[in-house]
Amino acid sequence: MTGPALLAVAALLTVLGAQGLSKARWTWRTPRIAIGLWQALGLGWGIATIGALLGVALLPYHRGIVHGVPGLVADNAARLDVVHMGALLAAVALTFVLLTMLATAVVRVVRARRRHRALLALVARGDSAAPDALVLDHPGAAAYCVPGVRSSKVVVSAGTLALLDDKELAAVLAHERAHARERHDLVLLPFYSLRQVFPQIRLVGRCLDAVELLIEMAADDRARRHRPAKELATALLRFAAARPAAAPSGTLGVAAADIPVMARVNRLLRPEPQPRRIRVAASVAIPVAIVIPALLWTLPPF
Amino acid sequence: MDGVKGLGELERTVMEVCWAREEAGVVPATARDVSRALADERDLAHTTVMTVLDRLAKKGFLDRERDGRAWRYRPSASREGYVTELMLGALNETGDRDAALAHFVRSVSQDEIDALRQALDELTQEPPA
Repeated sequence: MTGPALLAVAALLTVLGAQGLSKARWTWRTPRIAIGLWQALGLGWGIATIGALLGVALLPYHRGIVHGVPGLVADNAARLDVVHMGALLAAVALTFVLLTMLATAVVRVVRARRRHRALLALVARGDSAAPDALVLDHPGAAAYCVPGVRSSKVVVSAGTLALLDDKELAAVLAHERAHARERHDLVLLPFYSLRQVFPQIRLVGRCLDAVELLIEMAADDRARRHRPAKELATALLRFAAARPAAAPSGTLGVAAADIPVMARVNRLLRPEPQPRRIRVAASVAIPVAIVIPALLWTLPPF
Repeated sequence: MDGVKGLGELERTVMEVCWAREEAGVVPATARDVSRALADERDLAHTTVMTVLDRLAKKGFLDRERDGRAWRYRPSASREGYVTELMLGALNETGDRDAALAHFVRSVSQDEIDALRQALDELTQEPPA
């Protein structure tokens, strides 16, 4: 029983870790490492949870998970009673749902992007004010990137050109190119897909919010290598203030510094150093979160 | 890659002809109409125009109906309609946060906008360093 119990503990630890990480603020100092940690926690959770279920299912074979599966196949699961069979079905179902939803998300994104590119080819134009970018003739303020394997496109609206001065625009374009170059869309995809699998679990939604903010910060960091931070900060504020107001539900009473945009502006204007011990601890935690659950799969029973 | 780029540009030009006719209230274009409209600026084979119209119809950007032996092509949506569709996707107001696009800034509430405006004022009123 020790193997499945350890895996269950590992799964619980990844959940607690995600809980803590979703509230953490130190992550804003090292967004890239924090993104890696989120990915590791997600993967570790999957390996540990599926492993715990499989471990329970394979208990009658007394050989752990990896070495127990051949036995299960050899006697057509003859040794499983109702509880073990239930655990086996749960493990298979969870694996199936997670992989299918991820595949579906990929297909949906590929389709949406194909249509998006086709439409851009028909209606977007070039503009000397924003070289290398496509311009949409719309008064609203928007800037985004359409990532792609061969070529990524940065798109801005006419409203954006009117809203920002040349330097701010250059900062925004640098930010968007950073998204494209670092393929942040691929970072987000598994988290979107996880939220679709568990729409009612609030922790999953908070994870997605945290990762979304972190990739913005990572793109900010790359943009500020090429452009002064203040230009990007004022661009961010102009952008956010120009957006149509969203429903105020759930946001009342939020301190200004906790608005994601303000958090980004603050760290652009007053960057905090990345403490070495945090960097080291997080860098160690990333492989550990994946390797420990994976090792537990191979353990013989003890 | 040149050929692909050329074809994309051609599709755009043909769409623009169809949109212009729609806006002018003229009957939907036949391949012959499009060829004639483009004759001044481009030397295009009629078969090329037919191919491009066919592609656009298959992609769903043009609707076509029989008129005698020819097809008449009508834009499925206006140019503004497509621009709006792209902007809605970008501004993320469709209610579905899609992984297709990373967004520059997420929506904020009115209170937050006030706080942001104040911060912007403070930042831009600082004497230039």
